[in-house]
Formats: sequence, structure tokens, C-alpha cells
Amino acid sequence: MALLEIRNVTRRFGDFVAVDNVSLGIEAGEFFTLLGPSGCGKTTILRMIAGFDLPDAGQILLDGKDLADTPPEKRPLHTVFQSYALFPHMTVAQNIAFPLRMARRPEAEAKKMLQEVLEQVHLTDKAGAYPHELSGGQKQRVALARGLVNRPRLLLLDEPLGALDAKLREEMQIELINLQRDVGVTFVFVTHAQVEALALSHRIAVMDQGRVAQVDEPARLYGFPQSRFVADFIGHINMFDAQVVEAAHGHTRLSIAGLGEIIASPHDGVAAGARGTFAIRPEQVRLGTHGEVSELKNHFPGTVHNFLYRGDVTVFKVQLENGLLLEALLPNSAPGRAELYEVGDAVRVGWRHDAGVFLHG
Amino acid sequence: MASQPEERLRRSPIERATKWLVSGPPFVFLMFFFVAPSIIMVVASFRYPGEFGGLAPIHAADPNTLQGFTLETYRFFFSDILYSQILFKSFLVALFTTLICLALAYPLALLIARSPKKSRDLMVLLVVLPFASSFLIRVYAWMILLGPQAALSQAINGLLGAFGIAPVSLLFSPFAVLIAMVYVHLPFMVLPLYTNLEKHDPNLLDAAQDLGANTWHRFWKVTFPLSLPGILSGSALVFIPVLGMFAIPDILGGTRDMLIGNLIKEQFLATRDWPFGSTLSIMLTLVVLLVVWIAAKLGSTKGRYA
Repeated sequence: MALLEIRNVTRRFGDFVAVDNVSLGIEAGEFFTLLGPSGCGKTTILRMIAGFDLPDAGQILLDGKDLADTPPEKRPLHTVFQSYALFPHMTVAQNIAFPLRMARRPEAEAKKMLQEVLEQVHLTDKAGAYPHELSGGQKQRVALARGLVNRPRLLLLDEPLGALDAKLREEMQIELINLQRDVGVTFVFVTHAQVEALALSHRIAVMDQGRVAQVDEPARLYGFPQSRFVADFIGHINMFDAQVVEAAHGHTRLSIAGLGEIIASPHDGVAAGARGTFAIRPEQVRLGTHGEVSELKNHFPGTVHNFLYRGDVTVFKVQLENGLLLEALLPNSAPGRAELYEVGDAVRVGWRHDAGVFLHG
Repeated sequence: MASQPEERLRRSPIERATKWLVSGPPFVFLMFFFVAPSIIMVVASFRYPGEFGGLAPIHAADPNTLQGFTLETYRFFFSDILYSQILFKSFLVALFTTLICLALAYPLALLIARSPKKSRDLMVLLVVLPFASSFLIRVYAWMILLGPQAALSQAINGLLGAFGIAPVSLLFSPFAVLIAMVYVHLPFMVLPLYTNLEKHDPNLLDAAQDLGANTWHRFWKVTFPLSLPGILSGSALVFIPVLGMFAIPDILGGTRDMLIGNLIKEQFLATRDWPFGSTLSIMLTLVVLLVVWIAAKLGSTKGRYA
């Protein structure tokens, strides 16, 4: 049985359906992420789990028990708010000890739990400081410690890294992963940043307009999106309208308008004639002028349309003969690699027969 | 050669002149009408009263007339416990007025602060609306409301009569003074409290609830401590004027309800003993300064997170 079960939950605000018949199961010990653009319903789900909002229909069960009649203060779960919501009139130690005091933990036990969590988030020397004396990353860690100290069954995190700058965010991601592993508390994480979701989560539920588009492990979500929305939302991807020419045992042959036929990996339940989208990641596309690209099953001539030098990689946009633009990623592992091709150069692009996915519809 | 950064950062003469033009007039005004009178008051408290009011001369030709400086008025103040009692009673009236105002204003300010943004402005307007009519008229209105013919007095005395108790007068009593003091000063408590409460981050209450705090704890552990600066400024705005108030006890109080404000007024306008009036004013000022100092002390320890 899942630790937290969301069963056919719907939430409407007037005519707007914020959450539309969502069902999810979150396992104990999991780092589970709700990912989606703003307004997709992820925060509404989080608020309903916390108890600040109630579903119009459906149930939310924790350990098999319906939470509908349990007010937020009685639910054995805590939230880390996007704004941290630290109490400005309390020191770091008082902030973190707040849930322990509310739960009436005995003094000695509370003290021990406080010390333990202070060490875990490396804030022992800041115990007497007030929130306004802390940096963004430190505030973040206080909020985490406060959420974790009373050992909740579930920790809800509402875009907690949103206010941090890029470098600090990356550090905090690693800290979050370690912390979650060490304390073993189930995390439900809400974010619109797909990179963050991929880096942190065991499983991700991608949400679109109140519905769950796909629930999967990060690598599967990235490698095998099941819809145009998921493919487009997570990372960069090239998408072409395609039609199935032949669905054989070992491969699928697709026809791409104006480009010709390509060989793709076999797809279950796909019949010849079916229309859909062929999607391929920029890093799966090889770019070259020599034979190496021509040896691939799928390869086409084109010209460099433009390129963006990003330091670690260079993103090339190659115009194919039918006018389509194909994005290809070239790692700059050798110095000066970006200067390999100039705008207007004739190149060849190609990809392996098992790269990319065919999406229905 | 380019000038030094310090030189370039220095303000131009026009900027400096503007600074004086802006801050000069209020500075001069306060020097003339606050600092100078205060010094005059302190000096006057060490002199003798004149024969027909005013002050006795510092140097008089006739050696038998009172002249020069003296501690007489201070000796007089401390020789009769009555004056200290009046000062203490005024302190108590101010204290109770402040506490009652706080108890009435807090729920109201909280209600306004948590109302939808649109209705808040209207509610604040309603709070300050009494200022649109004259202070004296509003105090006189209480004479009618509390008078023996008014419904309130009739009802209370009717009830007392049923138990065989002699009728009481609501008017010209400490009760009347207190009720009018609270009525007049209530907005001064509501406004700073509202301004404070309105700024509270609603996420803090959600966080507290999420962490296990019920309604009671959410108020006493979060809302109340965060509102202390508002409570302090509201209390100062009520306490200090009430301490020196003479119009309300004059109109609504009985003969035994004299407060320090009335006493000071009497020294200047009736008894015409300027030195003693000045001494009483200084004593009152000292009490106010003491209270402000205590409030500042409280504010600095509780308010450093602000």
C-alpha cells in the first residue's frame, strides 16, 4: 500500500478546474516530484495534502486513512514554503523547535532532536541568530530543519529552491538529496523547473492543465516521453510530424514530410498508417561532414543555420533540405570546438536507428 | 585631471541649500514654540509667583518682596501627598484607558487587517470618521448619553431600584471620564495596530498551523508577538495624551475627579500660581519620559527582528 494515496481528486475554482480527477500513489521513502508549468494544479494538490484546501471530489489517504476530516495542524506532515515563512521574532533554534513545542515533546527529547537536526543542516553555530541575519541558503536550511525535526510522515516542499541563485540552487539540490536519503522521510516536491525535478526525484508526475500527463522515473520521462506535452516540457527536443510506413518486429519505419523515411525503434501497438510525432533530443543528433555520420541508419544533408556557444556545449541549428530546423548538441570537450562549423557550412546530421521516440497524435 | 571621488560625491551648494530650506522652517518653528517655552517653564518653576499672577521679579528694589530663585514649589509639591496622589490617579486613568483601548482595538484592527483589500479602506475611514466632528461636541454628546434622563441611566437605575438600591449618577463620575477617554482615543490605538497587523505575512500563520499550532497558539506565538511594535506605538499615542487631558474630566468628571491636567490648568487660569503650575507640568513630563523610556526599552528588545 502506498504511504499517500490520491484517489480521483478534483478541485474546481468557479469554472476553472484546477485539479481534474488526479490519482497518484506515493511510496514511503520516495522523493516524489509534481512537475508542471504554473497553473497546472501542482500547488493546489500540495495544499490539499497539507490540508489548507479540500478536494471537491475524491479522497486523499495517508496510511490508508482518509485525511478529509483532519485539520492541517493535526496532519502528521509538514510543509516547506516557497517563501520559507520563518518566524521573524524567533531565533533559528526557536524556529526549528516550534513543531516540537506544539507536539509537546518532553524537554530533554526535544533538545536532542533539535541538536540532531541542527547538525544535519550545518547550522549549529547559527542556533541563536534571527532569520534576518541569515543568507538565503541558510534560511532554506532552517525551513528544511523545521519541517523535518518532528519526523513527519511526509515533507511537502513548495518550490523551495525558487528564491536561490543558480549556483546555490545546485548546492542545495545535492544537500536535499543527501538529507532525504539520511532522514528517510518521504518528500513530495513541487516545482516548475524540470532540471531540478530530473536531478532530485525518484519519480516525477508531469502535470498539464490539472491532469497527470505522465508518472515515471526521471530517465524514462526524459528518454521516453509519452506525449508531445511531456516531450516538449522536459528538456529540449526536435519534433516532426510523422506517419508510420511499416511497423515491423525489430523496427518502425516512419515517413517525415519533405525529408523522407527514417528507421526508428519498434513501438508496441503502432500500425502502419498511424500519424503522430517523431521526437528526438538534440544530444542524440550527430553532426559532421565525414563518413562517421553517413554510417548511421538515418542521415541527411543540411546547412548550419545558426549556433549558440554555451561554454560546455554548442547548440547548432541545422536547416534540412525540406526547410525543417534540427537542433544538435556538440560538446566542447576539445578547445575551440565551437569554431568547427560556421553559419552556412554544409554539414550532415544523423542519428541511430534506436534514438528518438514516436508519439501518437 | 579628474577630481577625487570624494570630491565628486560631495553635495553641490544648491543641494545643501535645499536641505536647509526643507528642514529649516520646521526646525525654527520647534525651537520657538517647543524648546523655548520648555526652557521658560523650567525657569519659571524655580521662581516665585507674582502678586497678581505671572512671576515675581528676579531683582526687586524692595527687599521685602519675593524675588530671585527658589525650590519652594518643589518643596510644596512633595510636602502634600495630595499632588502625588492626583498624579498617580492620572497615571492609573491613563493606564486603564490604554488597556481598555487595547482590548477593544485589537480585535477590530485584526478584523480590518484580515478583511478583503477592498473593504479595508472603508473600515479605516469609519474608524477615523469621528475626527470629522469637533472633539468638544463629541464629549458633550456623552453628557446627554449619560445624563439622568438618558435611556442608559434610566435602565440602570430602574434595575437598581428593583433591588431597593439608591439610584446612581453615571454623569460626573470616574466612569464617565473613563468611557469618554476610551471613546476619544480608540482610533489612535486602532490605526497603528492595523498598520502593523496588515503587514503580517499570512504564510506565517499557514506555516504555524502546518507545524501543529492550533488557533490559540497561532495567535499567541505568532500574531501577538509580531504585533508588539504596533501595541507599543498605539499605547504611547493613547497613554500620553490621556495623562495630560483636562477637558474630559472638566466636562464629565465630578468635583472629586480632578486629574493632573485639571490641576495644571487651574494653577495657570484660576489660582494664577505660574511657578507651581510649571512644577506640576515638569512632574507630568517626567512621568511621560519615564513611560516612553520603558516602552523604548521593551521595543528595543522585542523589536530587533523588524
